[in-house]
Amino acid sequence: MSDLEEHRTPVSLNGLSEDDLRLQPLAKNPQTVERVIAVTFLFGTLFVAAFGASFWVNAKPWILGATMGAGLFLLGVGLVAWGKYLMPRGPFVEERHTLANSDADREAFAAAIVERGGSVVKRRKMLAGILGGGMGIFGIVALFPLLRSLGPLPKGTLFHTDWRKGSYAVDQTGRRVNVGDLAIGSIVTVFPEGTENSDRGQAVDQTVLIRISNQNFTTQKGRETWGPMGYVAYSKLCTHLGCPVGLYEQQLQLLVCPCHQSMFNVTNGAIPQFGPAPRPLPQLPLYIDSNGNIRAQADYDQPVGPGFFERHRVTGSKL
Amino acid sequence: MSDASATNKRAQREAAGPYGKIGQTLNELDDRLGIAKGGRTFMDKIFPDHWSFMLGEIALYSFVILLVTGVFLTLYFVPSVATVIYHGPYKPMDGQRVTEAWDSTMNISFTVRGGLLMRQMHHWACDIFVGAIVVHMARVFFTGAFRKPRELNWTIGLTLLILAIGNGFLGYSLPDDLVSGTGIRIAYSIMESIPFVGSYLAFWVFGGNFPGTATIPRFFILHVLILPLVILGLVGGHLFLLVRQKHTQFPGKGRTEKNVVGSPMFPVFIAKTTGFLFIVGGITALLGAFAQINPIWQFGPYDAARISYAVQPDWYMGFLDGALRIWPSWSFMGFGHTIPLEVFIPAVILPGIIFNVAYLWPLLERKFTKDNEIHHLLDRPSDRPKRTAFGVAVLVFLAMLHIASSTDVIANFFHLSLESTLWGMRILVIVTPIIAYPLAYKICKEMQSYRGGGKRKTPNIVSRTAEGEYVATPTPAYGEDVGHELDATPVPTYIEVEPDEPVESGVRTVDR
Ligand code: FES
Repeated sequence: MSDLEEHRTPVSLNGLSEDDLRLQPLAKNPQTVERVIAVTFLFGTLFVAAFGASFWVNAKPWILGATMGAGLFLLGVGLVAWGKYLMPRGPFVEERHTLANSDADREAFAAAIVERGGSVVKRRKMLAGILGGGMGIFGIVALFPLLRSLGPLPKGTLFHTDWRKGSYAVDQTGRRVNVGDLAIGSIVTVFPEGTENSDRGQAVDQTVLIRISNQNFTTQKGRETWGPMGYVAYSKLCTHLGCPVGLYEQQLQLLVCPCHQSMFNVTNGAIPQFGPAPRPLPQLPLYIDSNGNIRAQADYDQPVGPGFFERHRVTGSKL
Repeated sequence: MSDASATNKRAQREAAGPYGKIGQTLNELDDRLGIAKGGRTFMDKIFPDHWSFMLGEIALYSFVILLVTGVFLTLYFVPSVATVIYHGPYKPMDGQRVTEAWDSTMNISFTVRGGLLMRQMHHWACDIFVGAIVVHMARVFFTGAFRKPRELNWTIGLTLLILAIGNGFLGYSLPDDLVSGTGIRIAYSIMESIPFVGSYLAFWVFGGNFPGTATIPRFFILHVLILPLVILGLVGGHLFLLVRQKHTQFPGKGRTEKNVVGSPMFPVFIAKTTGFLFIVGGITALLGAFAQINPIWQFGPYDAARISYAVQPDWYMGFLDGALRIWPSWSFMGFGHTIPLEVFIPAVILPGIIFNVAYLWPLLERKFTKDNEIHHLLDRPSDRPKRTAFGVAVLVFLAMLHIASSTDVIANFFHLSLESTLWGMRILVIVTPIIAYPLAYKICKEMQSYRGGGKRKTPNIVSRTAEGEYVATPTPAYGEDVGHELDATPVPTYIEVEPDEPVESGVRTVDR
């Protein structure tokens, strides 16, 4: 015993006694808590091992998740309980020193920057000015090409679609739509022939073709020839934010946008009847050729889709 | 023989010093890095205990999970919109033309071992990440933890929230499925709505007219490299400031502006916080296992001309979607130009105002209260009724906008017309915050006048005396010595509970 004593060295407890309450665990019965935590750890370890095994045998995803989740969760709970109930309960305290330095230090710091830098810059005003100007210009000059190289300029692309005079309306599979194809009250999404598989065709040219009746249908004054045999076509791009206006309510004759519930009346030129869309869906003028194919008289008379700054005020006239 | 080996061992022990191999290693490190003093201070660093202080930890740990699961996903995801024909285990889609992005996400979900779990964990961890940041910020706001000297950390935290939302949106877009593609379309249109520069911005960010082939690759590199790096850096800064300025604490016995009372870094805080990391990881894994999220095979690949009727953005985008729904359809047209106010105001101006007010809040409050003092003790929310009421009103406003993002669901569910639902939401969005403010204010005042409110009470034991009198005696508080009732003490060098041998008070000996 005394032999061991020699090899011990005193360590300060900051004046706390060994049995100070703050150094004791919070748990009333540390032994019991320890046992509970041991069981938690044990099961946690088992689950983690089970996770490994289920990964090995390529078990179903939910088994992987369940074993990993349960394992981590149990280990975590045990660890938190260990920290909370079996470690010294405290509370312990630490001093909070002011972050601010003494006035002298602050002054010295400020002086170092203002005086030192100031005298250098003041004496060489011209140099500093030219350098500053050069760097500033470089900043602006560098920023522009950086942005500019990211993509093309919009130019006219926002104003036109790929619909042309005489474009055949084809469905998603590329089949030309014939006058006999649609029953009254049916709807199909069409594209100008040749674009049905392109990204732009899908995103910009998409058009809904609805058969409203079996006689020529006029949606608005000046559009007397646009709806031959009851076929009317509108851009499928919602004028709010460009979602495809995919839902056709036949009884109400409404096209509904599923994104924010804008509703467009197909009988009067798709004037928005409800919701946040600000403009009617542009209408595509159609004609039926001698073979009975549905074709476009021209491109849309205004930009399709959501609004943007350069979009001119449009009153039905050609852009 | 045995004598010699005993001496040998003792010599070795003596050479190693009182703390053995570990002590030796630490000495070697200190020779080179000079870490002993700072290291000791760090081990003694005090973290105040309060349940609300772990909200930030949830955010931090879900970010760790995002990084780990994200690295896994990056190994298999192909950020390309090139067309391929799908041939995989999911039969209903067999033979369809899809993009490589969608195809590889399907591959992760159905073929890669553990892939689906990782995907779902990643998505859940993201939702938890943003949620934890929001709740953590609410805590910081309501308790006034943003006040001097912590304004900068409030700013960093708010930036982290914005980056988290942004990166969440980018990640959500990557699989190129029908639902997320619609989200990109909407983002494109929102950008386009900005006056003067909108269409140029949209063309440059997305590399051309919608959809643009650059979108997915650009989103990918932003999502997996650039934004995570920025977030990581800011998290580092956030934690550095936390350590430098030390954590705030609620007022209480022995707690002043000049101290920190709580648990020491080592071992108590380390144990709890590591346990907490495991718990967050475990819960995320369980969610990933049992709660399906973003099943892209049900949505199908993106096709600009098709749309899913279950268009629901991730929850943190809900308030924007709601604002877009209920804002009226006023567009400005004139001078040969269009300003899509129906988009620009709810989707750009509104969040701009919200985030800018949040950024400026510490300054604004300092202006109004003329309080330029340093604060380390937290407010109880009821002590600052105006601030609390304002915060509540803003949260109510955002919550209403969020609800407004499902007008169609509400209308269906309650058999209302869309029209009346829309007007109902418009009114609620404006009226509820106006009601919430005075209500919260009043409740705060009420709580102030009720001293001791919120404290746990000790039950009384009511007993009847022989004379038939009833006497109430308070039960002793648990153990009479619950931790927070004790005076705090500096962390001693040596903490060991349940000493295995009795020792003299104040001095402990250690085996050499
Ligand atoms: S995109 Fe159609 S209503 Fe918003």
